[in-house]
Amino acid sequence: MSDSVLHVPREELIETVSGLRDDGYVSVLDVTAVDYLEHPGRTDLPPETTPERFELVVTLISHAAPGRVRLRVQVPADDPTVPTLFDLYPGTEALEREVADMFGIVFEGHPDPTRILMPPDWEGHPLRKDFAVGRIPVQFKATR
Amino acid sequence: MSAPDTTVETATDEAVRRREDSAVLRIGEDDGERLEAEAGTSDTSMVMNMGPQHPSTHGVLRLMLEMEGETVMRSKPVIGYLHTGMEKTAETLTYLQGPTNVTRMDYASPLFSELAFSMATEALLGLELPPRATWIRMLMCELNRISSHLLFQATNGMDIGAVSMMIYGWREREEALRLLETITGLRMNHNYIRPGGVAADLPDGWRDEVLTLIDTLPARLNEFDTLLTGQPIYRERLQGVGVINTAECLALGVTGPILRSTGYVWDLRRDMPYLAYDQVEFDVVVGTYGDCFDRYAIRLNEIRESIRILAQILDQMPSGDYRVQDKKVTPPPRARIDESMEALIHHFKIFTEGFKVPAGEVYAAVESPRGELGCYMVSDGSAVPYRMHIRGPSFVNLQTLPHLMQGGMVADAVAIISSVDPIMGEVDR
Amino acid sequence: MKLPLLGDPEAILDRGLEGVDHNFVTGKLEELVKWSRARSCWPATFGLACCAIEMMATGGAHYDLARYGMEVFRASPRQADLMIVAGRVSQKMAPILRRIYDQMMEPKWVISMGVCASSGGMFNNYAIVQGVDQIVPVDVYAPGCPPGPETLMHAILTLHEKITSGELTQRREETGAGANLSVSQQDGQTSTGVVIRT
Repeated sequence: MSDSVLHVPREELIETVSGLRDDGYVSVLDVTAVDYLEHPGRTDLPPETTPERFELVVTLISHAAPGRVRLRVQVPADDPTVPTLFDLYPGTEALEREVADMFGIVFEGHPDPTRILMPPDWEGHPLRKDFAVGRIPVQFKATR
Repeated sequence: MSAPDTTVETATDEAVRRREDSAVLRIGEDDGERLEAEAGTSDTSMVMNMGPQHPSTHGVLRLMLEMEGETVMRSKPVIGYLHTGMEKTAETLTYLQGPTNVTRMDYASPLFSELAFSMATEALLGLELPPRATWIRMLMCELNRISSHLLFQATNGMDIGAVSMMIYGWREREEALRLLETITGLRMNHNYIRPGGVAADLPDGWRDEVLTLIDTLPARLNEFDTLLTGQPIYRERLQGVGVINTAECLALGVTGPILRSTGYVWDLRRDMPYLAYDQVEFDVVVGTYGDCFDRYAIRLNEIRESIRILAQILDQMPSGDYRVQDKKVTPPPRARIDESMEALIHHFKIFTEGFKVPAGEVYAAVESPRGELGCYMVSDGSAVPYRMHIRGPSFVNLQTLPHLMQGGMVADAVAIISSVDPIMGEVDR
Repeated sequence: MKLPLLGDPEAILDRGLEGVDHNFVTGKLEELVKWSRARSCWPATFGLACCAIEMMATGGAHYDLARYGMEVFRASPRQADLMIVAGRVSQKMAPILRRIYDQMMEPKWVISMGVCASSGGMFNNYAIVQGVDQIVPVDVYAPGCPPGPETLMHAILTLHEKITSGELTQRREETGAGANLSVSQQDGQTSTGVVIRT
């Protein structure tokens, strides 16, 4: 039961997704992203795809012929913008806001481009690999 | 069982309609408070904040409501008050420590997050589970589904004003929790389902205990029926309140009881079976009208279906090992550690360094009590996930709130939030 | 404060109020106030995460928090004496938590329920406040992840004891700080396994 994976250039995302929608993919289940800044080596990309720092991952589901398809879109670090899927699937609204909040990827045409999880005045995008975990050293008072 | 009906309006029409209707209040979080302070300057509508500390918002959900008198016009859920940074923390925990982290997301049904995480890890490792491990997982998940839906019955009753329902719901939930505690050692946040199988075999006497539970529960559920289902006040509060249709649900990516309440038959256990759900018989419960009452009835009857599944699991539970015997991921048995130095080192290394998982990316999904719970995982070949993302059903389902509430009264809003059954830990992660 | 015996205990058990020798109690007003404060300590609903579910379970039928005069969870902080911080406190929630604490009337107490509220727990990261005592003074810390109902009740009873003895209110007046008591975890001590009565 493995899902099919499609590598889609950013410019063709809308076209691909609307094609999939006509093919019976009724819902977008998930929109997320990965920051490949510290990944030691990516081998799972097809040769014609240039690896970029960010990858947007969109998962769609078809109910008629049960199955999922996963779209992987490369997003460069110096221009982290992607067209929004809101017009095709309104359910992506919150998911895209989360990606924008956590990774700083801008969704062009999104109706509500505000932070969703972090406070509005927060600086930085926590799930980027160059954002520190924020761990503070634990003190064991008993052993001192 | 019929094939799911997919002849629905296309999502585009839906998007257009949604924009025209504009049920969603698109203002910033800070504007909410400012507008609330200015309330009264406009004589048509006012903006009101509900939460994040409010008894009926299931934790820390905040809603900004634009109202005309008592009627809710537009609204916007504001979340993030429980954001825990779990996806970031997951990048520092090994694959064996991972379930401890994800189990704290959906704290009403923790075993499902553990299951999704473990299934994703096993898919990357290419592990085949022994049959007993699979069936133990099913047993635990169905028990957890029962306790989660019982929690819903308790809180839903309480939100609507049937406060005694809280006492009843909790009475039954304690029975289920006690059984979970006997098996996993904890009432919540079990960390029982782990990559490679489960943490421990079922204890002696588990069969009798499960039997007692499934003998006791049906009569208690009939009590719920007496108390709530036929009761005119309860029906009045729920029927026709918070109506949504199939097309809207699909466009919004909604899954679980909310989608099924519209009469659409979709349940991952039946339609994309995982574990051994293709070997047990059960019915997918659906509603007709897509209102709050249907969602209540679906959850009540799903408890009955889970009891049916549990009875079949009792009959079919295979013997054998409760975890995969693969030196790479399985610690040595306890007895071996006492006599063998190598076993001790092996045990130590597995729990401190963890095991390496081949590079790749995978998405695994299970049907949690709230809908499709997915785990997207990227491995770079080391012992910790490079990226771990949980697709929480509550997070996506929360987007229905503005649509369900539009045109309703404030009092209905409380019933609607309750019927969506969001668990904020999973929404904010 | 130890209340004076109202009469022969067996007579009270047998005949109820009729068995009481006299129908008034003498005591110092101060002691009576402390006694009644401890016995009608209304908690504010401040459920945040997993611990909130256990907090609600404590109020449920089986553990029955009503025994201690505490079943009324007040939604309005102005009517509550006790804030049970049940769960992890995020950076976004922290100012709201403080605002609700400030809205509560004196004397007020805080129980930090669970490791996340007490120290950040396993979530040592950017999002979680590493200990709610950075925001509000804490009187009792209840350990556990989540603490079971038994542990929560133990923490509550410890607090009651301190309120009755007057220790807690005095200390707060002097320094404004919480009592910083830690209790031990009490759950998982049933040896009976599953008990279901039909």
